Amino acid sequence: MWEVMNEMKGMKKAFFMVLLCGVLAALLAGCGGGQKTAKRELKVYNWGDYIDPEILKSFEKETGIHVVYDTFATNEDMYVKVKAGGSDYDVVIPSDYMISRMIRDGLVEKLDFSKIPNYAKIDAKYKNLDFDPKGEYSVPYMWGTVGIAYNTKMVTEPVDSWGILWDKKYEKQIFMLDSPRDSIGITLKYLGYSLNTGNEEELAAAGKKLVEQKPLVLAYLVDEAKDKMIAGEGALAVVWSGDAMFMIEKNKDLAYAIPKEGTNLWFDAMVILKGAKHRAEAEEFINYMTRPDIALKNVEYIGYASPIPEVAAKLPEDVRKNIAAYPDDALLKDAEVFNDLTENMPKYDKVWTEVKVSK
Amino acid sequence: MGRRLYAYPYHLWTFLFTVVPLALIVYFAFTARDTAAFTLDNLRQAAQPVYLGVLWHSVWLAGVSTFLCLLIGYPMAMILAKSRVRYRRMLTMLIVVPMWMNFLLRTYAWMTLLEKNGAVNAFLGFLGLPALHILYTDYAVLLGMVYNFLPFMILPIYSVLMKMDKSLLEAAEDLGADAWTSFRRVTFPLSLPGVYAGTIMVFMPAVTTFVISRLLGGGQYMLAGNVIEQQFLAIGNWNFGSALSVLMMILIFLSMIGLSRYDKDSDGGLFL
Repeated sequence: MWEVMNEMKGMKKAFFMVLLCGVLAALLAGCGGGQKTAKRELKVYNWGDYIDPEILKSFEKETGIHVVYDTFATNEDMYVKVKAGGSDYDVVIPSDYMISRMIRDGLVEKLDFSKIPNYAKIDAKYKNLDFDPKGEYSVPYMWGTVGIAYNTKMVTEPVDSWGILWDKKYEKQIFMLDSPRDSIGITLKYLGYSLNTGNEEELAAAGKKLVEQKPLVLAYLVDEAKDKMIAGEGALAVVWSGDAMFMIEKNKDLAYAIPKEGTNLWFDAMVILKGAKHRAEAEEFINYMTRPDIALKNVEYIGYASPIPEVAAKLPEDVRKNIAAYPDDALLKDAEVFNDLTENMPKYDKVWTEVKVSK
Repeated sequence: MGRRLYAYPYHLWTFLFTVVPLALIVYFAFTARDTAAFTLDNLRQAAQPVYLGVLWHSVWLAGVSTFLCLLIGYPMAMILAKSRVRYRRMLTMLIVVPMWMNFLLRTYAWMTLLEKNGAVNAFLGFLGLPALHILYTDYAVLLGMVYNFLPFMILPIYSVLMKMDKSLLEAAEDLGADAWTSFRRVTFPLSLPGVYAGTIMVFMPAVTTFVISRLLGGGQYMLAGNVIEQQFLAIGNWNFGSALSVLMMILIFLSMIGLSRYDKDSDGGLFL
């Protein structure tokens, strides 16, 4: 019955979010209506459930800028929509490899950092990363890792290698991510290759490894894995760090590990789209989101890691010390950031299809 | 003349939402991704063994689920048609009411029911029976398909049976046919249009589904719908996705022609 209850909780949460969005939208519409002067507006496009809605309200109150807020589910969805044009968003918050693709495609605008003074608060190690080498286009929003969430009641040995996902002991107790980039990526890391490889032999080796693993895998999931792990339906799952934080909060038997072979380190950052109609407002918004008190409020709400040291330092100790949220540098020694793979992506797709259709 | 005027909105509707999208899919299927020049590469890629295997698996699963629906749905339709008016109304309601609920929600419910520590296993354990591990297997996908699409089999058969001339059955009886013979020689042949309609209405959504296979199959088994969805949303290769869709449409079209061949004697034209 508990699983049912958990599911219900999940549904309740989803319902609540929908309700909240509705209320928020109504509220925003209400705010906008009464103003006589030409109202300032801003269109923001972000991942679903990836901001504290209170912050949007306080931003509107402080600046008088009316925010139109939409969400997307994957980088690819967002890209297809923005690329097609006609959506006229000002601020978008994609991930690393997608930002490099958007820079290459000329979809984003260079930022005027004199309008974003809070950029200085961000730790230098999160600036000028490969996806935006000169740090001209993006302001880091959140970061995290991919790792293994495991149930300490079912897995008593130490979890320190991706290899445990190939251990026959855990047959039909493993959840993999239903995402070619991530699942092939960690397999490449396990085999000692780069997770950005375009080498067909390396990819074929990873594919073979994943086919070999398939009989042990209970299911390939994305969002459902959270609920399943919380309900004790599996022993091991490949998850994103923020999801791990959420799961551990709901079920204290769960823990998170970053394997020694290295993992994927990812960053989501704020960009302004080329030709944005509300450039000044967009920069004001980015600066607001980077203000330490606001960033802290946001991080406390969504549970991912902040690139602002001042913010991280203010978090409760159990969060700060949790490797799911803030892994120390030693664990990230071999971590890699995704590059944009536009040309090589069909190879990944083919490997993944072969894995999925194998028996 | 007036009647033709009324038809224009429907023509426009059909044009905008059937002809145009179809033309777009065909256009994408036969053009290259970057140059938009005519090419057969997409179709050639779609005809690779990997993808044909996926297509075959989808057709097979959809076929089995259609057969199961027929096996369960036909007797149900007969019971419905033969029951007294008062019960009939209630029974029809019982079949239709679940469809008022969102399809996704019902499939999610099965996911929770079937899981290792789920309600079905709790019940089996209570009876002292061994636990069932069918979530994330073909069986769960089949169950999901049969459960979701069964009404589409029952209702067309039921409506045909209801319209059937009962005096034919009486005549068969007068001429000495027993119950089985009159079913075999009279009822069943006359209900075939309903069976065809039901078969198509179950087979089509079953062969193209990607939600049921994702939720209940746990992404273990990629069906044609999943591959197409992935091409459009994750990979962004609309051309290859369209080629797969075209291949699938051809497949469905051929199976419909095959079916309609058997349908020559009856009303025909039900689905073509």
